[in-house]
Amino acid sequence: MKHFTELYVQLDQTTKTNEKVEAMRSYFERAEKHDASWALYFLSGRKPRQIVPSKKLREWSLELSGIPEWLFMESRDTVGDSAETMALLLPNNAQTHETPLHILVERELLPLRNSDELVQKAAVTEAWSKMNYSQRLVYNKLITGAFRVGVSQLLVMRALSQLSDLPTDVIAMRLMGDWTPTQEFFAELMNPVLETDETPIARPFPFHLAHQIDFAPANLGKISDWQAEWKWDGIRAQIIRRQDEVFIWSRGEDLMTERFPEIEKAARELPNGTVLDGEILPWLDGRVMPFTELQKRIGRKNLTATILSGIPVILQCYDLLEYEGRDIRSFEFKVRREFLEKTIAALEDQQTFRLTESVAAANWEDLATIREQSRALGVEGFMLKYRNAPYRVGRHRGDWWKWKIDPLTIDAVLIYAQKGSGKRSNLFTDYTFAVWKGEELVPFAKAYSGLTDAEIRKVDRFVRDNTIETFGPVRSVKPELVFELAFEAIQRSTRHKSGVAVRFPRISRRREDKLAKNADSLQTINEMLDAYQSAVI
Amino acid sequence: MKKGGLISLTTKGLFCRQGNFYIDPWLPVDNAVVTHAHADHAYRGSKNYLVAEEGESLARIRLDPESDISSQKYGKKTDINGVKVSFHPAGHILGSAQVRVEYKGEVWVISGDYKLTPDATCAAFEPVRCNYFITEATFGLPIYRWPPPKRVFAEISDWWRQNREQEKASVVFAYSLGKAQRVLNGVDRSIGPIFTHGAVERLTQAYRESGIDLPTTTYAGGVTNRKEFAGSLIVAPPSAQGSTWLRRFGRHSTGFASGWMLVRGARRQRAVDRGFVLSDHADWPELLMAIESAHAETVYVTHGFSEEVVRYLKETGVNAEPLKTKFIGDDSAEFEDEEGDRNR
Repeated sequence: MKHFTELYVQLDQTTKTNEKVEAMRSYFERAEKHDASWALYFLSGRKPRQIVPSKKLREWSLELSGIPEWLFMESRDTVGDSAETMALLLPNNAQTHETPLHILVERELLPLRNSDELVQKAAVTEAWSKMNYSQRLVYNKLITGAFRVGVSQLLVMRALSQLSDLPTDVIAMRLMGDWTPTQEFFAELMNPVLETDETPIARPFPFHLAHQIDFAPANLGKISDWQAEWKWDGIRAQIIRRQDEVFIWSRGEDLMTERFPEIEKAARELPNGTVLDGEILPWLDGRVMPFTELQKRIGRKNLTATILSGIPVILQCYDLLEYEGRDIRSFEFKVRREFLEKTIAALEDQQTFRLTESVAAANWEDLATIREQSRALGVEGFMLKYRNAPYRVGRHRGDWWKWKIDPLTIDAVLIYAQKGSGKRSNLFTDYTFAVWKGEELVPFAKAYSGLTDAEIRKVDRFVRDNTIETFGPVRSVKPELVFELAFEAIQRSTRHKSGVAVRFPRISRRREDKLAKNADSLQTINEMLDAYQSAVI
Repeated sequence: MKKGGLISLTTKGLFCRQGNFYIDPWLPVDNAVVTHAHADHAYRGSKNYLVAEEGESLARIRLDPESDISSQKYGKKTDINGVKVSFHPAGHILGSAQVRVEYKGEVWVISGDYKLTPDATCAAFEPVRCNYFITEATFGLPIYRWPPPKRVFAEISDWWRQNREQEKASVVFAYSLGKAQRVLNGVDRSIGPIFTHGAVERLTQAYRESGIDLPTTTYAGGVTNRKEFAGSLIVAPPSAQGSTWLRRFGRHSTGFASGWMLVRGARRQRAVDRGFVLSDHADWPELLMAIESAHAETVYVTHGFSEEVVRYLKETGVNAEPLKTKFIGDDSAEFEDEEGDRNR
């Protein structure tokens, strides 16, 4: 616990990537392997199932600090994190808890899940009494499952790669999927010997991710070196067919096999030793449905017949990573594409797995013209892929680009504000915007991002000076500030007061040139809706 | 606020009708009594100012030179049309004062900004009994509990020392009036040379002239050989963060000295390498202690978490009311930016 907390503090104290990697490398080098395994488990964003309800934890910390609950909530709103708030409120203590991390987790924390409340309370308060501020913070975060410290998976992998001299993609591979943080696991992870047949059959490959293109696509060179594909808005997935089994993985490393029975069934037709990369889409009568439909389906515990027939899914297949049992990621994309076409063509079911279309154009201008159909087709624009590139690990600049269409925009009025969390705690950063419906302003969308820190401070000051009413954490403010909101798609909704729902709303800029009365109205939005009706229904 | 009381809240600030003077007005007036030299309390443009003697030199730097500024010692009572006015140390910055106002047995204390934590650069806070106590609430939440300054200064010194070993400069952002001098006074001056931003240097000189023990500092703008900065400590106002002014220091690490640095989110928002928890305001226990020792029948709470402090006080049986003033509390990020800009 002591060393792990020190690592946490070190990681938290620097904004520099190299220093973070070095701090982790040095920790993993010195740490006992079982501890290192658990540290890795938490650093890579994994968390155990809830050990103690957060509400109970709060109750006990309130009891010890002697403040009323409302004051805790106010404090929490300012801090933006429950675990940190509790650590800040508990009575001061300078002691250091010396128990090793793996013992703390395995013998003291995990068994609490099945204990009764009195036992839990005794254990947690006992642990708090032995810890200093930083340790309590880390401990609380382990329990509440909100362990984030500003290191990405990639940084963790880099640190491990430096320590082991193994390439990061080997580390990434070994870290994917489900694993148990044991001493053996960590030893195996650092094992310098590469064995191909040790790969557990369910293990997915790390995903190759794209950047949004931030220059004119013509600068990419000859168009014939690039393949343009429609960019679909669904769930990125990897379909694994090995040893007569099927596994469906999300980009977030969730195993989703059971959620998509139609894909699982279709995948059984694939030959063993096949891994596909693609996008799961809700698809009805030959066209894509809005993403929100897919969300409805994911939210359900039981997939009823109604859901399965109302929101069927397909897989747009765009890459092949394993072919005839062989990892072909180092092959050029055009070669992988050939194998992919062959694989899909051999299937009897031609509905569920669809080969993603390669959109042909003579030059970049023509491609730009074709791109204008995106909204009508229900896609987000193009993906541009370099035909000679291998399939890489993680977000990589150069080979894959997202070329998204410009978003829709609306000028709306700020009416409610709430404090943000994490980095934005203590500032009013979460806003609700409204548009006119006759003389009335109706809430239209919430947006959190898009402003610079300096702009956020200005708006924060405005909110504090112009609050009309306070409802819990939310403040209603004088309807004065106008912002341009951008969003990707729009559709009718019965759940929203305005009658419309938008996808990915964010603030594109402040409209200081506009008065609130000149903001857009519902009518403008309805016109927009009619224009894109074909695309979303 | 109490109707017909000795002090009332007007559009220009807190006003004493009987004595015809304002305390920390935020618009120009004839007579202003000022608690301390921070810009949200020492507003420019008034005709006459009365300040505590220990803070006079700072007030002269911050206010218009043409203004008529008079001063009086802590504890001395002046009679203004039957109203007795005196200054009492607030422990916030050099010369900062609580203003005590008394008329016909009714006593008000306007405490300005204050802290109870010991500070070698100014006189310690003195509790003053009164009927009506006006307090700030910049850090009025129980999460705010300051670590001992000794430990914080040791952290700053260790950080500087480590950077120096790597031949990196250490740039610490600290509010130019008060916080900067407190850092200078507390840091281990044997480590290496210390440079300052122009805004800091001028006020540091004023502190020295008032007899405050500060290490030797050099104005960074006067340095021609930039190699001199390697391994040094540079004290700059927060507004210098992200500016081109920092380029001259070459490889450097950044730190920020403020009470806000206690919370991780605020620290990350500042995007500095290190946050040092050092505040010139009262933390939660100090606020409660100051309020208790005033023994006031009514406590008025202004700027910061005033609503939260009022609610808490009421629940614990203290008669309290929020007071809407234009004071900001100089630990506020926005205010510091304005301050720094004006002094550049």
